[in-house]
Amino acid sequence: MLQQLGQLPMGWLLTALLLFVMTAGFSIGRIRAERYSLSSSGKFHSRPNYHGYYVAMWGLAPALILALAYLLLAEPIARELLTRELPAAFHKLPKAELVSYLDAVSAVSAHRTYDGSDRVFTAVTHRYLELSGSLKITTLATILLSAVLGVMFARSHVSPDFRARQQVESGAELFLFLCAAIAIATTVGIVASLFYESIRFFSQVPVTDFLFGTRWNAQTNAEFGAVPLFFGTFMIALIAMFVAAPVGLFAAIYLSEYASRKTRSYVKPLLEVLAGIPTVVYGFFALLVVAPGVRSIALWINATLIDIGLANGPVLAAQPTSALAAGLVMGIMVIPFVSSLSDDVINAVPQTLRDAAFAMGATKSETIKQVILPAALPGIVASLLLAVSRAIGETMIVVMAAGQRARISLDPSTDLTTITVQIVALLTGETEFDSPKTLSAFALGLVLFLVTLCFNLIALRVVQRYREKYE
Amino acid sequence: MSKMPDSSLITPKALKHLKKRRAADARFRLYGIAAIVFALSALTLLVIAIGTRAYSATTQYVFQAEIMLDADLVAPEGETSEAEITRNIEGFYTLVRDKLFAEFPEASQSQAARQDLSELVNRLAVLSLARRVADNPSLIGKSLEVRVPLSDDLDLYLKGGSPKDVTVRVGSAGTIETDVEGKARISSTSGLSKVTSTRSLLEEGKAMGSVLLAGGKAVARIDSLSPDAAELTLLTGTFEQLANAPLVAHIIPLPEAERPISDQQIAWAIALKQAGNARQVLHTSLVTHTDSTYPELAGTLAAIVGSLLTMMVTACVAIPMGIFAAVYLEEFAPRNRLTNLIEVNINNLAAVPSIVFGLLGASLLLGTFALPRSAPIVGGLVLALLILPVVIIASRASLRSVPPSIRSGALAVGASRMQAVFHHVLPLAAPGMFTGAILGMARALGETAPLLLIGMVAFVAEVPNSATDEATALPVLIYSWASNAERAWEPMTAAAIVILLSLLVIMNVVVVFLRRRFERRW
Amino acid sequence: MDTVGPAKADLALTGEGADKTQALTYPRIDCRNVSVYYDDKQAVFDVSLAIHDRAVTALIGPSGCGKSTFLRCLNRMNDTIEGAKVTGDIFMEGENINSPDVDPVLLRSRVGMVFQKPNPFPKSIYDNIAYGPRIHGMVDSREDLDAVVEKSLRRAGLWEEVKDRLSQPGTSLSGGQQQRLCIARAIAVRPEVILMDEPCSALDPIATARIEELIDELRKRYCIVIVTHSMQQAARVSQRTAFFHLGNLVEMGDTDQIFTNPRERRTEDYITGRFG
Repeated sequence: MLQQLGQLPMGWLLTALLLFVMTAGFSIGRIRAERYSLSSSGKFHSRPNYHGYYVAMWGLAPALILALAYLLLAEPIARELLTRELPAAFHKLPKAELVSYLDAVSAVSAHRTYDGSDRVFTAVTHRYLELSGSLKITTLATILLSAVLGVMFARSHVSPDFRARQQVESGAELFLFLCAAIAIATTVGIVASLFYESIRFFSQVPVTDFLFGTRWNAQTNAEFGAVPLFFGTFMIALIAMFVAAPVGLFAAIYLSEYASRKTRSYVKPLLEVLAGIPTVVYGFFALLVVAPGVRSIALWINATLIDIGLANGPVLAAQPTSALAAGLVMGIMVIPFVSSLSDDVINAVPQTLRDAAFAMGATKSETIKQVILPAALPGIVASLLLAVSRAIGETMIVVMAAGQRARISLDPSTDLTTITVQIVALLTGETEFDSPKTLSAFALGLVLFLVTLCFNLIALRVVQRYREKYE
Repeated sequence: MSKMPDSSLITPKALKHLKKRRAADARFRLYGIAAIVFALSALTLLVIAIGTRAYSATTQYVFQAEIMLDADLVAPEGETSEAEITRNIEGFYTLVRDKLFAEFPEASQSQAARQDLSELVNRLAVLSLARRVADNPSLIGKSLEVRVPLSDDLDLYLKGGSPKDVTVRVGSAGTIETDVEGKARISSTSGLSKVTSTRSLLEEGKAMGSVLLAGGKAVARIDSLSPDAAELTLLTGTFEQLANAPLVAHIIPLPEAERPISDQQIAWAIALKQAGNARQVLHTSLVTHTDSTYPELAGTLAAIVGSLLTMMVTACVAIPMGIFAAVYLEEFAPRNRLTNLIEVNINNLAAVPSIVFGLLGASLLLGTFALPRSAPIVGGLVLALLILPVVIIASRASLRSVPPSIRSGALAVGASRMQAVFHHVLPLAAPGMFTGAILGMARALGETAPLLLIGMVAFVAEVPNSATDEATALPVLIYSWASNAERAWEPMTAAAIVILLSLLVIMNVVVVFLRRRFERRW
Repeated sequence: MDTVGPAKADLALTGEGADKTQALTYPRIDCRNVSVYYDDKQAVFDVSLAIHDRAVTALIGPSGCGKSTFLRCLNRMNDTIEGAKVTGDIFMEGENINSPDVDPVLLRSRVGMVFQKPNPFPKSIYDNIAYGPRIHGMVDSREDLDAVVEKSLRRAGLWEEVKDRLSQPGTSLSGGQQQRLCIARAIAVRPEVILMDEPCSALDPIATARIEELIDELRKRYCIVIVTHSMQQAARVSQRTAFFHLGNLVEMGDTDQIFTNPRERRTEDYITGRFG
């Protein structure tokens, strides 16, 4: 019996239940309010609908909270209960194996597909189904009970003097506030989970080894010196900015100062297309076109240097994937981030300053270089900072085109690895949440988060100051 | 230059200086144009590089033949239930292979040759034929025209991809002297000298690759070549066929050892094409098949459905949340430290690298809450958090563009603040909010990195049914295809990218349309 | 209203027999049939007038009458506005400055301009003044530059107030000082003509009075054209006045004559405050 209950489709049931509570609460409140208004001659403060909303709100709120709690917590609770009942032999398993065993159990019980001959597994699955069945039935009962209590409580309030509308509106405002607070919750979630996992990592690997070690070999040798990753990230971001900063800046200058309205209306959206292309597409482009191009140029340079007698062997590494290829493509991706924000700040420079310079007989380029750019400098710096932060955090291009080898090399045709590449490499495939290998990804993530946060905060602050100055 | 008397400025020195300034101005303008040309040509290069490769994936070479669906092979011992027929790939494959053997009797001589010939069609390629028969068992015992995709390497060769070949028209063979079995000698006209010169040009005199001579349904390899004579080894067909047809030489510069397909296989492919048995057809399996380890069988269907499920979850969470949050912040929030903190937070979250959201999902949703790995629900939630700031920022801008007079007007007739917002401001701000939401969804649709971390990179061969099934997403599929080594994945990846980009273009077109339609100036 | 056109304006130009300043000055700028279009909209209609040297010419008229637009023709500032087109001839020293051969950069070094709102560059006071001489390559040494800065600031009557803080940003000055700084900046390139576009509209009465004194002082060396909203100001500082209405030049003449005995009915209505 309980086993069958274990396969209840909770998603649909909960939705139906919540809808039922909502409509029932609304009708109860509304009908009661209407009955009052028919029998008593006094005027109602709020219209009957609001009494309906009020009752529905009281029915729905506790039910909704319970349903959310169920969705998030049911699985961990059922697993915990099951683990406690499992025979001792299971507890001797490594934790990762136990987790994947439980994964298999819950997958099978969700789909009812196991017809193999492992009797232990069958028994465990049945027990799991019983446990989650009782959990489900308890949840449904609790939700129904709380909804009924909520509705009854609210219904007792319905009276001509009751200010239902105010109550509903402050309830709605609370709900809106909670939605806005999700943003904070997300940040807290990010910071908490990164810190939590990082602390677990640093309890196994010293912080100094991580931050200052120069050998990274997390996959095989458990060496966690992240300096090569920091170097690779820095190097590729630098190459990207070498492309994006001049191109983005000059494009912004040309568009805001030289181009006619018509040119601007065509070119600006085209530049923004660059920002809309998914990064995985850039990664493919880098792999397909740019990396082979970089390689053949590097090979050509090698050959030429040897030919003219400046070198005895190859000077450049000329790898099939390279820092230069990843950096170039990343630079192209970042161009619109530089150009559109710079364009905004350049346009925000008051026209009177331009007029003043022109009236002095300055040429356009003199006006731009000596008057507009100095005035727009803070905003431009901010846009560059944001672009750097974007380049540091970019993942797919480097995953596909930068390489996996952690090393420190100034040769741009060699393959380097970055923080984001390693996070992906460490966390794809089977992951065990206890090994330092997996945890190191979170430590890297923490570094990435903190660095980009600094860049973003500074940039946003500068932009805000700048806006205030000219608005 | 104008002449301007009476001015202290107009000294020759000043005029020279002015010339310099003018030149500097022109240079500066040129830098700007160069920057824009650079950015736009990068964009063009990207579009062309991907477009041309994707174009070659729009068609596919299939082996097409009339095949008698022998009941003994297809449904042995009365196994006619749907599942059994579908599972009986071996039987269907035997049918197709036998057809190939009948076409090329020379392959039956050795085990190796039989193996080579069977490689023309992948074993799993008959799967869709098996499904078709299983759906309609009355076909058993009848003759049916079937199409099965050729192996990816042959497909690539026939489309002129790799190994590259150059064809030269040789004309008629002239005289063919057959001496040993399967060997022959031709002495021919001007045609052969053309082949010789082209070959030495292509191979830079090193003569490592092969030259195949095709005529009618027969193909022979040229063993030794001089401008006026050539010695041939027959690969398929007969010398009579060769003698009676105009000859075409296929020069393949890449040595046989360095390519995945042998001369013999190329010969068969050419013969099949000549006979009309290898046909270039529209590559529909690209959108009707799920992922496969063989490029000729792989399709994007599962990934597209996975992406749609993920997007549904994202939309259900991010759009209402984002809009409500924007309404609160713009219309109700008191100016205090808490709301200030929320504001700074939202702006910051918009610039947090997407991979960090993936870490959040991996640790919190998969670890703490034990939600299923690789499921669209987790992916959707992570992406929802990722685009929430985008939606909030766009919605706030849209709310801000509604003039305060609308609010005052509503309040003045006795509406509460909540009523003023929901009855008057929101409807006016709705188009702007909607465009913001679509732009956010477009960003989520192209996002890859966070999905990798929550396991959506798994190989998924079945179309997911619900948001809790194992699934992958289109950009992730692109990533995994791009990481495959075989050349044939390249056009497939490009084609998948084109599908993704067209979805994004559609979303953006909707945005542009909405903006045009509902743009309002106050 | 429709009877007024170029013919009348010409009349105003030639009918200057009783002009006592006429004997001392000669036309510096001679405008013939100047029209300005923004895209397809015409903003100035066929204006012809002469501007005299060593005198202040005031352009008056209600807002939107085209007086500022016309002023901006005199140093080709309209070139910097996209879609603006100027037709007609503007002769300065016998040369048509509206011809495409004329380099506007060179022209603007001869015709300085001061704007409605003080707009010092976000640089030091010194650099604000030195900017023009530097870009035009007018000075060779630091001493020369120092001298030019001091002379310009003295002429603008600002030297005593700022001589100890030349390295402070120009934006740190008060509004009136900023405007005098802008005048000094314009003088520094030794122009022949100075255009002023409502230079006092953003200033308080005391600062306005100082600028007006300064204008009167500058009149001895330069040809000045001032656009003003205030008729009192026109009466106080100018020797000659042109009245614009709806893009047309209605009347041009000696300031005394325009204010005491206008020939045109519309001029009289405007001056007596019936509209505007």
